[in-house]
Amino acid sequence: MTSKIKSFDELKSVQERLKAGRDPKKPCITICVGTGCLAYGTRKLVDNFREELAKRDLTGKIDFRTSGCHGFCERGPMVVISPEKIFYQRVGLADAGEIIDKTVLNGEIIDRLLYVDPQTGEKYVHEDDVPFYKKQTRLVFGQNSKVDPESMDDYLAIGGYSALGKALTGMKPEEIIQEVIKANLRGRGGGGFPAGLKWDETRKAKGEPKYVICNADEGDPGAYMDRSLLEGNPHLVLEGMIIGAYAIGSSQGYIYVRNEYPLAVKNIHIAMRQAREAGLLGENILGSGFNFDLKINRGGGAFVCGESSALFASLEGRAGEPRAKYIHATHKGLYDKPTNLNNVETWGNVPFIIEKGADWYAGIGTEGSKGTKIFSLVGKINNTGLVEVPMGTTLRKIVFEIGGGIPGGKKFKAIQTGGPSGGCIPEAHIDLPVDFDELTKIGSMMGSGGMIVMDENNCMVDVAKYFTNFLVNESCGKCVPCREGIRRMRDILVDIADGKGREGDVELLQKMAQGIIDGALCALGNSAPNPVMSTIRYFRDEYEAHIKEKRCPAGVCRALITYSIDPEKCTGCTLCAKVCPTKAAGGVKKKAHTIDPAKCTKCGACRESCKFDSIIVR
Amino acid sequence: MEEKVIEIVQRYSGDKSYLVPILQDVQREFNYLPKDALFSVSAHLSVPISRVYEVVTFYKAFSLKPKGRNQLSLCMGTACHVRGAELIARNVEDFLGIKEGDTTADLEYSFETVGCLGACALGPVLVVNGEYHGHMNIAKSTKILKKLGKKVATDDEQD
Repeated sequence: MTSKIKSFDELKSVQERLKAGRDPKKPCITICVGTGCLAYGTRKLVDNFREELAKRDLTGKIDFRTSGCHGFCERGPMVVISPEKIFYQRVGLADAGEIIDKTVLNGEIIDRLLYVDPQTGEKYVHEDDVPFYKKQTRLVFGQNSKVDPESMDDYLAIGGYSALGKALTGMKPEEIIQEVIKANLRGRGGGGFPAGLKWDETRKAKGEPKYVICNADEGDPGAYMDRSLLEGNPHLVLEGMIIGAYAIGSSQGYIYVRNEYPLAVKNIHIAMRQAREAGLLGENILGSGFNFDLKINRGGGAFVCGESSALFASLEGRAGEPRAKYIHATHKGLYDKPTNLNNVETWGNVPFIIEKGADWYAGIGTEGSKGTKIFSLVGKINNTGLVEVPMGTTLRKIVFEIGGGIPGGKKFKAIQTGGPSGGCIPEAHIDLPVDFDELTKIGSMMGSGGMIVMDENNCMVDVAKYFTNFLVNESCGKCVPCREGIRRMRDILVDIADGKGREGDVELLQKMAQGIIDGALCALGNSAPNPVMSTIRYFRDEYEAHIKEKRCPAGVCRALITYSIDPEKCTGCTLCAKVCPTKAAGGVKKKAHTIDPAKCTKCGACRESCKFDSIIVR
Repeated sequence: MEEKVIEIVQRYSGDKSYLVPILQDVQREFNYLPKDALFSVSAHLSVPISRVYEVVTFYKAFSLKPKGRNQLSLCMGTACHVRGAELIARNVEDFLGIKEGDTTADLEYSFETVGCLGACALGPVLVVNGEYHGHMNIAKSTKILKKLGKKVATDDEQD
């Protein structure tokens, strides 16, 4: 489609035409090509499907769609066959032909490709029945599997850009803002600030031009929902931004996206070009007289650039150092002009609020946190993936019902939320309803939505050390409390992990943490002590064991552990001796082996290779 | 080199605010950021070399040192960390005899650890020359390195 759509009515007829041209009963093969699935080698599977379809002269007769991330990353490569929505997981590269012949052409189910719940042993045929999906509320993320991210027609066919049409033709900018305020949409990037209030401030601020920015500098390790949304459904984010720009009175916007997300960059570029060609972006959008255009800027790989003022500095071509925010970005942001910054997921919520209304939206979620939230559920969890649930869903439901619990029969220990600025939540709080306020109350935070599950084999001192070390590397270095303070905290944590911890270290860490919270310039520094504070709060006994007993209860901190072999369990299979790089492990074949502590470097290769669980780490 | 830099700067209409993407493109072209290229960027974009240097050393994505022919990146995101990525990092370092962030003296290998790659279901993830290797462990990483080493050896013979 290249001709410009000149009005809302014309948009509606284009949508109708596209919808009518699609037979809902026609078979369609959908393959997830999100970054997670691509890492499994899915690109080859796509080629195989195209080839096999061509071989059977079925190209065009059977629809074939590559879509963005479906969220169930654990089970990729994934294929869904419509109209029945038959769900095949862990599909082999050579399975394409068989799927076409048996399932698509003859309606036969291929048993070995079905999902089997590891906990109950139950087998599922249809995507919607799989517990991982069934227990979610996939409002924002659900469209991902319905559209090819490179096809605007797909997006229009499911009613895409209707919200924009409604906003531009039937609503005043102030009305849109009121609607977003009423919906109580709170920023999904971590801060949780009400988006509508921010829009209102920016609209009322003096100064031209006004900018709107999409923050796609998703730097939290273990979180990738923004990437998957931008990759999988770029038009949704664009639509949200254009509506926001109209409400705020902005004609120029930016998308600041991590350079490490090449597929997201590519897909948003394509979407912008398509939207411009269709008259949905650029001048005189939908014939309304409203002009708005966007530029993409790729980040340089700095965590701190997710902070608004650092992001502006980076957009201006400078080092991303935050500034003190005596004046809000809504008044003086990018190039000192009024600027409204929202994160990818926040923008992605906007079309739904406009389309279905604030009352409908506010019906989802809790008193203070409305709508849904997408979480990236990772770590020691059976169903790694992206999970969208209403605000207020309990951690237990997310971890055990949707996430399928902990692998290998291990015990749940903690869940870390909020990325490096967040905290570790222990089992005692697992029935906590997850929303902005509840998480803050117990010393963690929502953050952008990373959820890292840890089991009994994870050491909480090590986790605190990991995050603190991450923040030492990512601190921009501008203010002393953050630059020097976090570094000193890291040194103390390293000492504790190395068995050089001293009495009083925990109290010293707490004291320093308070100093950093009070003194640091930006949110990175202010929240940097959270992982340490929360692990001390809930796992103080582990700190004490490291300091007083020189012992790492989880068997992680290298200086405090020794490797040995349980003679009862060892069968003398010699595998450990083969993988040991220093020849510390060894013995006579078929007899219990031993490890020479003098040679052992504690690299872990023996434990990983042992099939009889006979390596003891204490 | 200068011509290439001019071409890249023109791609962004000489707009100073695109300094970071311009440097990213220059790095993609030369595999690192050579000193002369930085001076060219400075001259053609009218940005002082001190500012260019500040930006280059601030962002993690930039390298002032040439990268090796084989590039290994190990994901150090939280999900990979809790699944033991650190042990793998030590194994790779010991095998190659370099520290994370460095390149071997023969310019054959670069090894770096990176923030989250967002392929958490596959964690720990080792990326070898752009190819993802998931569910990494110590033994598997040793195997990959040995295989790469053999390839390097045969390539040398052909030279």
